[in-house]
Amino acid sequence: MLAFIIRRVGQSLLVLMIVGLVAFSMFRFVGDPIDNMLGQERTIEDVERLRGQLGLDQPFVVQYYRFLEGAVQGNFGVSYRQGRPVADIIFERAPATLELAAVSGILAVLFGIGLGVFTAIRRDGIAANVIMATSLIGVSLPTFLIGILLIYLFSVELGWLPSFGRGETVRLGGWWTTGFLTESGLRALILPSITLGLYQMTLIMRLVRSEMLEVLRQDYIRFARARGIRERVVNFRHALKNTMVPVVTVIGLQLGSIIAFAIITETVFQWPGVGLLFINAIQFVDIPVMAAYLMLISVMFVGINLLVDILYVFIDPRLRIDSSGGK
Amino acid sequence: MSEPVLSIRNLTVEIPTRHGIVNPVRNVSYDLHPGEIRGVVGESGAGKSMTGNAVIGLLDPPAHITQGEIWLKGERVDALDFEAKRRMRGREISMIFQDPLTSLNPLFTVGEQLVETIQLHLGVSASEAKKRALALLDRVSIPNPEERFNQYPHQFSGGMRQRVVIALALCSEPSVIIADEPTTALDVSVQAQVLDLIKELARERQVGVILVTHDMGVIADTTDTVTVMYAGEVVENGTTDQVLGAPTHPYTRSLISAVPRPTVKLDRFPLIEYGKREGGFKIEALAQSWPRTKTSDSGRLLEVKGVTKRFLERGSLIPSWRSYFTAVDEVSFDIHDGEVFGLVGESGSGKSTVARMIATLYPMDGGDIVFDGVPLSTMGAEGLAAYRRQIQMIFQDPFSSLNPRMKVGDIVAEPLHHHRLLPRGEVDQRVRQLLDWVGLAKDAWRKYPHEFSGGQRQRISIARALATQPRFLICDEPTSALDVSIQAQILNILKDLQEHLGLTMLFISHDLPVVRQVCDRVGVMRRGQLVEVQDTETLFTAPEHGYTRELLSLMPKLEQLDTAV
Amino acid sequence: MMSDSTTPPAPGRFRRFRESDFFYAFTRSPVAMASFAVVALLVLSSLLAPLIAPYNPFDPASLNLMNGFTAPLAPNAFTGESFLMGTDDQGRDVFSTILYGMRISLFVGFAAVLFAMVLGITLGLLSGYFGGWVETIIMRAADIQLTFPSILVAMLIFGVAKGVTPVEYRDEMAIWVLIFAIGLSDWVQFARVVRGATLVEQGKDYVAAARLIGQRPTTIMIRHILPNVLSPVLVIATISLALAIIAEATLSFLGVGAPPTQPSLGTLIRIGQGYLFSGEWWILFFPACTLLALALSVNLLGDWLRDALNPRLK
Repeated sequence: MLAFIIRRVGQSLLVLMIVGLVAFSMFRFVGDPIDNMLGQERTIEDVERLRGQLGLDQPFVVQYYRFLEGAVQGNFGVSYRQGRPVADIIFERAPATLELAAVSGILAVLFGIGLGVFTAIRRDGIAANVIMATSLIGVSLPTFLIGILLIYLFSVELGWLPSFGRGETVRLGGWWTTGFLTESGLRALILPSITLGLYQMTLIMRLVRSEMLEVLRQDYIRFARARGIRERVVNFRHALKNTMVPVVTVIGLQLGSIIAFAIITETVFQWPGVGLLFINAIQFVDIPVMAAYLMLISVMFVGINLLVDILYVFIDPRLRIDSSGGK
Repeated sequence: MSEPVLSIRNLTVEIPTRHGIVNPVRNVSYDLHPGEIRGVVGESGAGKSMTGNAVIGLLDPPAHITQGEIWLKGERVDALDFEAKRRMRGREISMIFQDPLTSLNPLFTVGEQLVETIQLHLGVSASEAKKRALALLDRVSIPNPEERFNQYPHQFSGGMRQRVVIALALCSEPSVIIADEPTTALDVSVQAQVLDLIKELARERQVGVILVTHDMGVIADTTDTVTVMYAGEVVENGTTDQVLGAPTHPYTRSLISAVPRPTVKLDRFPLIEYGKREGGFKIEALAQSWPRTKTSDSGRLLEVKGVTKRFLERGSLIPSWRSYFTAVDEVSFDIHDGEVFGLVGESGSGKSTVARMIATLYPMDGGDIVFDGVPLSTMGAEGLAAYRRQIQMIFQDPFSSLNPRMKVGDIVAEPLHHHRLLPRGEVDQRVRQLLDWVGLAKDAWRKYPHEFSGGQRQRISIARALATQPRFLICDEPTSALDVSIQAQILNILKDLQEHLGLTMLFISHDLPVVRQVCDRVGVMRRGQLVEVQDTETLFTAPEHGYTRELLSLMPKLEQLDTAV
Repeated sequence: MMSDSTTPPAPGRFRRFRESDFFYAFTRSPVAMASFAVVALLVLSSLLAPLIAPYNPFDPASLNLMNGFTAPLAPNAFTGESFLMGTDDQGRDVFSTILYGMRISLFVGFAAVLFAMVLGITLGLLSGYFGGWVETIIMRAADIQLTFPSILVAMLIFGVAKGVTPVEYRDEMAIWVLIFAIGLSDWVQFARVVRGATLVEQGKDYVAAARLIGQRPTTIMIRHILPNVLSPVLVIATISLALAIIAEATLSFLGVGAPPTQPSLGTLIRIGQGYLFSGEWWILFFPACTLLALALSVNLLGDWLRDALNPRLK
């Protein structure tokens, strides 16, 4: 089991190195950094000096190493567009995105699993079928349309909730700002978190449902029924636990995509988070910001996946006891 | 005799389908007394399992009971509501499924599953339930019950799991147990132990057991009474001795005549056809077109010389960290020209691996194979192509050995095209000839495999194997997925091939009675090693190795059957 | 192979299809038939856009700024012209822009799925059939990519590609970059499914029989294994098509997709969003409905396909 975790940690680090290589190659080869930094009026000396400063005259491997070294220390260079250190820009915007993602993630997981189990057990019930039909609309409705729809309904027509921004925020500690502590902050959070969570929720729900139906077809469920075990116990004790084994992985992946889909939600709601920053960076080809964003969010993804793997070991005894299971 | 604990009266089950209503069970009646083991036997699709599912109230919708009554201990149970049926399940009737690997919940310990069931039905305290669970584990002969109690199903072997399943079925002290092919997934040696256990428990606890099986050996050795089913109906009912010794219904007679006898060698299986008739095998026509190849000089067509196969168990970048499992360990034997050489052993003994190495499907990790005097290791690409043309194979599972997306004609034509054995224009004609010779209908070539039964598919496999006019045929458990009457037909065909075409064969099987009927010489394999090679009759009458004797002793005796032939 | 010319009339492909359980299940599902009809209608009308559309929205000569912001079916205050779905700020007929926009959306969607499918099937077959290091490399790459949400991967690829292409070609290349980005972000699903199915199929004896004959690996993969793994691929492809259409719309909505000169449904929604709050709802409403109808019916079809092709559910 320990070997399993160590191997997973090793793999995670390798993934980060590869992502770092991609981010660095972007930084190094997409557009000329010198061009981007110096603008039109420049001399040969300026170029040479900057080249030396940035270490661009060094061999590729050395540059890559320096890049990683910088990345570990939170140093991602300077934004082409804003001329400020990328790390500063990202850190001041990170809390907004993280709070939004956390709220929608919790919504998505709770409701997703609950509704998934419900629709699987009441497979032929009317309520379950209505939910399933609605969920298909949910999957077909792009996130940005859900956002626009909600804004139109609750902000424009009804005027209940704000249509953009984070509301008032409170500064906690050195750099964290939170919207959880003010009324306007909480109100501002409602529409974006529903927008962001809805799509993930439908996905999780549909997955839980199909996995659970699959489990309910297994022999050991038939055998449990043949022993006279109560339906409720069969469903919630025997079936649900087995359902969670594959579902946990996908939920991990879904949490990752919440951070990605935050880009869309943030654009629709003008939410001052990292996603909005990233989309602007793409439009203006602001490579340092793109590279830094990529690095940070991969750390997050890889971290989530590592957690999921470890969680696996606790759910599934087959992994706990025979630590040889590689795949 | 005492009052029956279970009575089934005129039970009919119906499934509505696209093509109309199907009745997998029609008008079935039988009784079960306390302590009685009733075998329910028949071919696949005869409705044996469906009857059991109907009794315990676990028919998968849309199947449902339309007629008849089920009485349990004097109470009518077929019309109970869902909740009452659930209370009856486990409490009064338990079930044992075929595959012990999938019958236990992988995420709960064996103890948790036992305690849960005991508490549910007997309403005792947790510590009392644990005590009973341990006693049950002990009763079904699981060593170290205290330790095993806290283990998960994947830590048990197949046989041990089936014991756990039996313990679970006994939790509530039921009066009826339905065992649906409880030993089919197990090895012979384990199979005998599990059946003995079921027999003991039935006597000791006066439990009535319905034993659903397709295996006449299991019926003969284990059951008191037998119900024979055919196409959803009961055709014969009686004590085991009666039914096996003096069958009255023509179907039962045809079934019993097709069972290979372990004690005598017959030249051909007597075929008493019942129901739909399969086309005849036209061996004379086939023999006329068959080229007569000269026999090899040494008389040995195939020499297997110390072949070894290792499978990677744990991979690693560092070679010394890798671990291997030796599936075949320096096995050597010769196969003479024109003989059928049998290879027997339990699952995992390496017999199929040997066959696949001969067929060049697996590379060898050591040793060599010599065909007609030429070692495989010295053959070039051309030599190998010629070798493959002369070696063909018939596989175990008729459902997976034919590509479901290809027409039968294309399947049989593939080797002809690949080896360019005939001009393109003549291929069609040859394919249709081959299909006709193996006894398939005229339009078989343009159908897809799923339109054929298991036995017909095995004939298609044979047609494909014969297309290249090989000298050597590998048969890897060619009949173990088939019903016994079909098995008899296919075995007769193989005999014809040997006698009329002079084909040499390697015949792999775990079924000793079949081996005795088919093979001239037999090798016995165990854990990757060849422990004994003998003439078939010598092996069966005077085995030398201890393991061979053990295998032979586990063979069903089928003494009751001898008078029937 | 059997040549059909020399044989007595066999049941043709079409008739076999008509008699198949698959077709029967289709005729028994109103949802499947309805969604198929909607998809067919939308695809056809976008193909025939130049014939159906009353205006060519990209022909500056046909545009009249005076027609701007005409509400649906109401005559314009200045010109008296009336439009089925109204006009946008520049006086373009919304109905016509939708027809042309759907062309872009569908083209990008189909092309991206095709690209993802070819790539995924090839890599999946290779890793399933050969195993070993081929499999390790391909599936590790797939795992890593799967860690990253496909929409993000598409954005990154789009961003990088934008950085690499010279400014003057950016608009021209945008559609192709979009196809490449969405396709590349979606191959993993195909590869995983095909690999899984290949592993199952390759353990079956008909593959052993083909190898015994001496067939080459490529022949076995293409002739024997591929046809047997196509059902799950079809399901994934349908669902991927819906995802790709949504992804394209999303990227275009965010302004990192189709350029304003070739507006897709997403671009139209992006334009319409600006006027929603000032009362010109139709500029957003009709493209949004079209997008939803398209995605929903493709999803419904995919959902039905999955149930119909899954033998375990029968």
